[in-house]
Amino acid sequence: QKVSVEVLDHLEHLALVDFRDSEGVERLHKAIQFADQLHEVNTDGVEPMDSVLEDRCLYLREDDVTEGNCTKELLENAREKVEEYFVAPPGNIPLPKLEERETFLQGS
Amino acid sequence: MLRASLRQVSAALKEGRVAPTELCQRCLALIKSTKFLNAYITVAEETAMKQAEESDERYKRGQPLGILDGIPVAVKDNFNTAGIETTCASNMLKGYISPYNATVVQKLLDQGAVLLGKTNLDEFAMGSGSTDGVFGPVRNPWSYSKQYKEKSVPKSHSEESDWVITGGSSGGSAAAVSSFTCFAALGSDTGGSTRNPAAHCGVVGLKPTYGLISRHGLIPLVNSMDVPGILTRCVDDAAVLLGSLAGHDPKDSTTIQDDFEPFELPNLTDVSKLSIGIPKEYHAPGLSSEILALWSKAADLFKNAGAKVVEVSLPHTRYSIVCYHVLCTAEVASNMARFDGLEYGHRSDMKDSTESMYAATRREGFNDVVRGRILSGNYFLLKQNYEKYFVKAQKVRRLIANDFVKVFRSGVDILLTPTTLSDAAPYTEFIQEDNRTRSTQDDILTQAANMAGEQGQELNCFPLPSHFTCPVPLGLPAINVPTALSERGLPVGLQFIGRSFQEKQLLTVAKWFEKQVQFPMIQLEEVKRHDSGVFQHQKSASFS
Repeated sequence: QKVSVEVLDHLEHLALVDFRDSEGVERLHKAIQFADQLHEVNTDGVEPMDSVLEDRCLYLREDDVTEGNCTKELLENAREKVEEYFVAPPGNIPLPKLEERETFLQGS
Repeated sequence: MLRASLRQVSAALKEGRVAPTELCQRCLALIKSTKFLNAYITVAEETAMKQAEESDERYKRGQPLGILDGIPVAVKDNFNTAGIETTCASNMLKGYISPYNATVVQKLLDQGAVLLGKTNLDEFAMGSGSTDGVFGPVRNPWSYSKQYKEKSVPKSHSEESDWVITGGSSGGSAAAVSSFTCFAALGSDTGGSTRNPAAHCGVVGLKPTYGLISRHGLIPLVNSMDVPGILTRCVDDAAVLLGSLAGHDPKDSTTIQDDFEPFELPNLTDVSKLSIGIPKEYHAPGLSSEILALWSKAADLFKNAGAKVVEVSLPHTRYSIVCYHVLCTAEVASNMARFDGLEYGHRSDMKDSTESMYAATRREGFNDVVRGRILSGNYFLLKQNYEKYFVKAQKVRRLIANDFVKVFRSGVDILLTPTTLSDAAPYTEFIQEDNRTRSTQDDILTQAANMAGEQGQELNCFPLPSHFTCPVPLGLPAINVPTALSERGLPVGLQFIGRSFQEKQLLTVAKWFEKQVQFPMIQLEEVKRHDSGVFQHQKSASFS
């Protein structure tokens, strides 16, 4: 079954990347179809595994400062900055709704 | 001399038969004349010569830092290298000059290695052909070998279009080692990205156990599966690199704290106490009859030498790729979120809002493959899908891991499997297939490489002939050993998988096997011209 345009739009908002064209959407459909094979496996009573190192303890280190003071180096790679700040365009402005955006999904 | 192994050339440096600067110059010259391979994205000529000069001084004083002092090496372009551009073969990071060295890079430099440059890859290491980066595809050096040319039927078009791929995503590193421009190279392995190109380029490709080598500075794809990979010309050299790189790193909390002791590999003569497992599910559709025969022959080799060879079962193998696909895309969706143009990398001119700037930056910076994975990953992580896909995949991951635990508990020491489905495909064929099956295959091809974890198994159980990897979810160490030449005169390798942190045993067995098969050296015109012939290294016997 196909993914609804609402979900596709939602994904574009979440991921902040676009599907670009029908091939992009087809790719997602095929990916889901492929992943659906997982449901053939009986996983009753099986615990999910998130790390191969699950049997080991994550360790802590001493809370000592060992590095830092590299503001200049870190700012070097940013395109837009002012003094010691990275500069971003205004925030809190959501991406336009589907109808108002320039997106391939408009045509769906 | 360029065709020698790392250990041989290191001995030559120590004995004063060659100077680090001379070695470096020769490698740089060879890189220039093999530019058509497109193995390197950045050649750091000045800094390399400077490092070589410093090494010269140390050797003159009789105080080399170790076996790696003065040895030219190359590093995949997804490792951060201070002062040198790190692009991940993507528009997103074009022009990005790393402010720091990845831990593994720092370790190499601290031991006096000479960093020649950064090698080409698939964009953000997503791919199995090294064809998808913005700097173009990498050409397999074997395309220009005497062995391949002798076997290829002359086509109507020029030799230009007959070249074969390196495999990927560490294709540049594999090609660099294979064409003798460096003595070792770093790759990365998430789904087979080191072992796959190693097999296609006829070099040794080692994926160590997850947690053994620091990932600090390796631009992450899948944090729970990525491992720095080692590419060398022989197994002994891989052991040397491993010894230099392994060990706890306070900057990477996924490295284990156990002490690591570098080791030299013994010359195994008696394999009678060894138990080799042959996983039957790895005999998958699409596996070429050539490789199947080679695999069988290798099993017989062990049997005839007295080892115990048993068929084993890893019943969930066919779900490896699917599992990898979901877990990989999910982690990628998260890892790629850092690329927003604000602090580094490409930034779009869009100024309307933060979100629209991010969206435009990412639209301009990422290619189809990367975007596709990000979107798929986000889909699987949606609230309504999380249990159904992501958690489900994690459960299947445990089942796959349990399969391996069972097999190793039953007394099997090492698993022997194919590394790839077939020998290297011609580029024109590879991209056609890719385009046709892109939507289905993209993630699958690359996933096939490293499924669920660091397991070194790569068998592609997907019914498409280009790439063959079945991920192994336990982070187990695995190594590709070049085995024989195919009918087309191209390299074919076999893979050994060992128990966690048992690299010494794994490499010892791999070294024994390497000695038995006597894989032929590549015969490249270019190299003959640049080499002084100090080390004649022709191996005449071959396994096939």
